Amino acid sequence: MAGRRGIGAIATVWRKEVRESLRDRRTLISALLFGPLFGPLILAASLQFLVHRTVEEADQRLVLAVRYAERAPNLIAWLEARNVAVTRVALDDAATRRAVQDRAYPLVLSIPADFGTRLAAARPAPLQLYSDASAGRTDRDGARARALIAQYGAGIGRLRLLARGVDPLLQMPIVVQEIDVSTPQSRSVTVLGMLSYLVLLAMILGGLYLAIDATAGERERHSLEPLLTTPVPREQLIYGKILASATFMLLSLTLTVIACAIALRFVDLENFGMTARLDAGVVAKIILATAPLALAAAGLMTVVASFTRSYREAQTWLGIVMLVPTLPIVFVGLADLQPSLGLMAVPSLSQHFLITTLLRGEAISPLYALVSVASSLALGAALAFVAGRLYRRESLLG
Amino acid sequence: MIAAEGLVKSFDGVKAVRGIALRAEDGAITGLLGPNGAGKSTTLRMLCTVLAPDAGEAWIDGTHTARDPLEARRRIGVLTHDSGLYPHLTARENILYFAELHGMARAARERRADELIDWLEMGAFAGRRAKGYSQGQRIKTALARALVHSPRNVLLDEPTNGLDVMAVRNLRVLLRRLRDAGHCVLFSSHVMQEVSALCDVVVVLARGSVVARGTPEELRISTGCDSLEDAFVKLIGTDEGLG
Repeated sequence: MAGRRGIGAIATVWRKEVRESLRDRRTLISALLFGPLFGPLILAASLQFLVHRTVEEADQRLVLAVRYAERAPNLIAWLEARNVAVTRVALDDAATRRAVQDRAYPLVLSIPADFGTRLAAARPAPLQLYSDASAGRTDRDGARARALIAQYGAGIGRLRLLARGVDPLLQMPIVVQEIDVSTPQSRSVTVLGMLSYLVLLAMILGGLYLAIDATAGERERHSLEPLLTTPVPREQLIYGKILASATFMLLSLTLTVIACAIALRFVDLENFGMTARLDAGVVAKIILATAPLALAAAGLMTVVASFTRSYREAQTWLGIVMLVPTLPIVFVGLADLQPSLGLMAVPSLSQHFLITTLLRGEAISPLYALVSVASSLALGAALAFVAGRLYRRESLLG
Repeated sequence: MIAAEGLVKSFDGVKAVRGIALRAEDGAITGLLGPNGAGKSTTLRMLCTVLAPDAGEAWIDGTHTARDPLEARRRIGVLTHDSGLYPHLTARENILYFAELHGMARAARERRADELIDWLEMGAFAGRRAKGYSQGQRIKTALARALVHSPRNVLLDEPTNGLDVMAVRNLRVLLRRLRDAGHCVLFSSHVMQEVSALCDVVVVLARGSVVARGTPEELRISTGCDSLEDAFVKLIGTDEGLG
């Protein structure tokens, strides 16, 4: 009898918290707008930017200013044949340095007077390349220019050996063959790794305000004391509140993943040599894989909010604490960890692994999924228990 | 019926209540009168099981508040110091939420809410959200919420705080009606006129202890004063904190 009433009371609190939050603009905006709208926008915008930059770099003509171009007509013709835009300039050394610094000419190739004679004499012929290594973009262009010139030089070298009756291959004792086994899908995962980060953050944000409102907010509005005079054990009150917060997290999670899937359709990942598997089935699986974490996240937010004395204080603390569940993802990115049974027992990390596996289009090991679900739910239950204990403290009323 | 013996409560080593005993009978209005800081709120909070006493015991209709707090809570309706409504819920929804927490069936909840809205004349605002309520409307809603499970005992912590004259008069009428219906009404106040106008029995508190008890008339006679106000000042030894 007591048990049945208990579940009834938890459901009563849950219904009331959900109803009240559906009428609260701040909670609604954070649950239905921030994550689901801005998450995918950020994702799509940054991907589009990445794709564009990579594509542009490969296609873009290398712009190269050349001093004394007339001293090396063959080299210039060879470069121009390889899509290099050569600009002939007449500057002295000081003016050249200034021009590179000011980015008037980011790259300047200077051909010394003895270039032709040394080349003809089969002696190393110097070339001077002015660039600014502190400018990221110029540095990449500089590398391209150096590679082209080296290629030109290597060609001349081979001809010289042939002219002397030596097989140029003697000069190449070892050849490294790179075999890239990445598929378009696996390449996209590195970029889409941020998806799990975004999804987790959006999910927590969805239930954040409800967690604050139901604890610190309730105390501040003085509705907690009347609530405590009802014949409902205190831990049941807090269980109802945690479940309500988790419900909003699930709502935000679902909307965010669906919105991300839609947004990614507008990013031409194929240009990037990538495809992202985000069809309806994968979307559903990502939501299911992440859902068990909602209870733990709601429990964590509620426990922290229970310690705070005011709405503002709770807001400040939770703003920081909401990043905690995303820390393992940052860490795994830095340490380059691979999924293992032990790591699947770490909530939030296991969800990240499951999401990336799904995005790769690979099958999820049932054991891994089971460990992830069980560990996340266990953490959620433990945090709910702690919140229940905190609600029995007398200092709760403040 | 509410009874307490030897209630003691300290906060961070400061004694707020030092051994209070009291009795509040059914069919009577009992007033806890005392200056601010006398321990009125703390006493009421212990009686309604929100706070646990450091020492002493209390009973609601014979139910021990520490041994069976849930049963004790079923027998009381509490109007706390601040009405504490949920701003996004209507008055009716605020009332129904508490009815549900008391485990009432749906039909009974609806019927009782209608009854209270009618009885407290809340019809004009009961369907509006509580966010913009006047103080009088807030108190009425909180009172309806406290009475939703038809408790035999009603505890009110400074219920007239912030009410205008008309609202105070209305509240007095309501409390008398509750008494006439056989309820045990216990309320705290630091306002003399209120207590003398309303109470059958007055318990005077000062510095965490009971300094006198009796009908207003008895208190006046026992102190040899002409007015209750003089009697009160004499009892608590100062006029500090009186309204």
